[in-house]
Amino acid sequence: MDVVYEGEVMRGVRLTAVKADRFKTGCLSLTLLAPHTKKTAAMNAVLPYVLRRGTARFSDMQALAAELDDLYGARIEPAIRKKGEVAAVGFCADFPDGAFLPGRVDILSKVAFLMGEILLTPATRGGLLRGDYVLSERQNLMDDINAEINDKRSYASLKLVEAMFRGESYALSKLGTLSDAARISAQTLTKYYRELTASAPIEIFYCGAEEPERVIRVIREALAALPRIGEHVMPATSVKTELTETGERIIRETMDVTQGRLVMGFRLSKSMEQPNLAALTVFNALFGGSPTSRLFLNVRERLALCYYANSYIDLHKGAFFVAAGIDHDRFDEVHGEIIAELASIANGAVEPWELEGAKRGVVSAILSSLDDPLGLEGMYLNRAISGCRARPEELAALCELVTPEDVSAVAADARLTHTYFLTAEEKDA
Amino acid sequence: MLRKREYAAVGETAFTGKTGSGLTVTVVPKPGYRKSMAFLAVNYGGADRNFRLAGELISTPAGTAHFVEHRLFEVEGGENALTTLSERGANANAFTSPDMTAYHFECTDSFFENLELLLKFVSTPYFTDEDVERERAIIAQEIRMMEDDPEDAMYYALLRCLFDKPALRESVAGSVESIGKITARTLMDAHKAFYIPRNMALVVAGDQDPARIVEMAERLLPDNMAPAPVREHGPPEGPLPVAVSAEREMDVGAPMFLAGAKTKSGLTGRESVKFELTASLALSSLLGAASPLYRELYDAGFINETFGYDFENTAGASMLSFGGETQKPEYVCMRILEEAADLAARGIDPAFFARRKRMALGSALRALGSFENICYNVAAGGFAGYDYLDTVNVLASVTAEDARAFLAEYMTLDKCAISIINRKG
Repeated sequence: MDVVYEGEVMRGVRLTAVKADRFKTGCLSLTLLAPHTKKTAAMNAVLPYVLRRGTARFSDMQALAAELDDLYGARIEPAIRKKGEVAAVGFCADFPDGAFLPGRVDILSKVAFLMGEILLTPATRGGLLRGDYVLSERQNLMDDINAEINDKRSYASLKLVEAMFRGESYALSKLGTLSDAARISAQTLTKYYRELTASAPIEIFYCGAEEPERVIRVIREALAALPRIGEHVMPATSVKTELTETGERIIRETMDVTQGRLVMGFRLSKSMEQPNLAALTVFNALFGGSPTSRLFLNVRERLALCYYANSYIDLHKGAFFVAAGIDHDRFDEVHGEIIAELASIANGAVEPWELEGAKRGVVSAILSSLDDPLGLEGMYLNRAISGCRARPEELAALCELVTPEDVSAVAADARLTHTYFLTAEEKDA
Repeated sequence: MLRKREYAAVGETAFTGKTGSGLTVTVVPKPGYRKSMAFLAVNYGGADRNFRLAGELISTPAGTAHFVEHRLFEVEGGENALTTLSERGANANAFTSPDMTAYHFECTDSFFENLELLLKFVSTPYFTDEDVERERAIIAQEIRMMEDDPEDAMYYALLRCLFDKPALRESVAGSVESIGKITARTLMDAHKAFYIPRNMALVVAGDQDPARIVEMAERLLPDNMAPAPVREHGPPEGPLPVAVSAEREMDVGAPMFLAGAKTKSGLTGRESVKFELTASLALSSLLGAASPLYRELYDAGFINETFGYDFENTAGASMLSFGGETQKPEYVCMRILEEAADLAARGIDPAFFARRKRMALGSALRALGSFENICYNVAAGGFAGYDYLDTVNVLASVTAEDARAFLAEYMTLDKCAISIINRKG
């Protein structure tokens, strides 16, 4: 098993370092954790892109790109993720392991220093982040927000989440809104940047051949200029465990699409009081998250009702979603079938083979992610944000212990509150 | 019988062998990893629509190879191999490209049980009319889903501008109309012609015993000595596009374009690797993030993060492409071609080019981190007559002059076509 170091290496800066010799590519990520709110979402989404435009030493993208080419095509890419109501904002780098390069370059420290530079010494004018970079990346963000419509499958999910969580900050997409983006200026963004770098808790993840002690030293040097003020409190997601509204709201939207896109949103309440991550994960695999799931085997294969039908859980928010691509005139059938499958699991009709299949899939996926540096990065970040103590191997072992009753309990706890259907306009015959 | 080869430059080893019936087996050991991947590839894809079986010319509808892939998981007796593999925790899947069909799984447990099933179900066709009928509905949904995707729509519109032959113009899934003509018999014929050991390759990445893998393939694959089928691809394509542009309106956030050109066709072996590396170095010299042109267009707001470029080999042909979101597709495309001509005239700076090669070396090493990528490329290299794990050595031989000549020959106004998706309304 790999050696994993976890600890605070500077005030409010936690490092997870996985020492593994088998990879040819090392991975280093730096993530600032901030509340995902209407006021800050667009700024969170634009900030890493502005910082990535240039530093005091490499003043534009071309100079930065040339430096990265020199580091054998190392990449340092902005990463913006929404985890429940937490915005995870920062950079993710990957780079070839020095052992395979001519002259055995010390590539980790070069990449770490460059990442530190991008975060801490951005290109500025008159003490502010460069106005031309801010305006240009603001425009790119607005283009990205406008482009959310391009992929109809994810667009349908965004629209469902927007309606289902109205009044909660979870309703907002990770990119924020057009009007909030339009208000970003060099002044507001610089102010936010200073607050964020000073106060946000920071998660750093490394996976590669270097010893953790060395990684700690490199990180401390690369982030020596990091301002640290205040408590660095981990932002939290509010989970509504008591629902006031009853019944299901169905929203239909029409667009020129050849395939209908159905998304159904469920809230979990009791199972979020003391979340059993293993039970939730196995439930999702059994219901709609795998090729042995009810949705795949029954709705897609047996009834041939759709091309895709799957489910996914946001473990941070306590919500789960079903998405399907279907014929426009089969809404009622698919919608009814999905509800019936969930009800049958809730009523205890869980077959031993399907539970076993779901467990095998989940366990194998977790263990496989140990062989994928980016997969590991994601798992450790989720773990840091959710406060769940189990490491990936431990979570895999817990999944083996999940009982049919555990799975039924999750299904029984799920309450359908909203359905969204993107469909074609009815044509006159 | 197994040949071992070390690739010191990339720190990899491979064992290669052939079964009695001609299946090529390659095992790339990955000590220290828990997961293993097996990848069974057939040298047959969406573009192989016309072929000879026992002397008789057979023409199949667009989407046949992909349809075979969908149905092959079904095993006689109602069992589905995908379900069985998934029940055991394997992550199994399959895909069809213009020139390859592949079935693969990744697992952390029961590797040989899974390999046994993979070899059996891929070599044992079981197609009934009833199943074919049901699958038609599922594939029709898949086709509709692609039709709604602006990037897919833009890509296929570019293919239709560039290529003349139906096999190169159409999506591997076919159309709702073309798959309507596929029957169980069509699938059977295609399977019989192409799914024969000497037209297939098995690649494994992982910490598994190579001798046992070859032994299992030897035992389970049918002892079918049939020769590889003859594909009827017709004469090579001419160098010029058949149409210069295509435009369409869709529900998109911003207009987007993809421009491209046909490049050399019919290359095999080391030549084809060198050509591919030359193409990607030439395109990154002109359009990569470290190029002056990228900076000019990005700073002016004409391109954003979505901008990119690509080179691909597809069923005996090859093409380059570049594009992304922009308010001014024609301007960006013309500016790129203008700069390509300038760069081709003045030559690529050697120091700049040396950096591009360092980057390319890093990318080649990065690609070896993905089992799926290793398996796919080893199989594709085997079909095209080159050794993928050795490509780093070919990289060293590509010069700035090669890249310059590539730009001069292919990045020209007469060779390029452009596909544009405009915003509706």
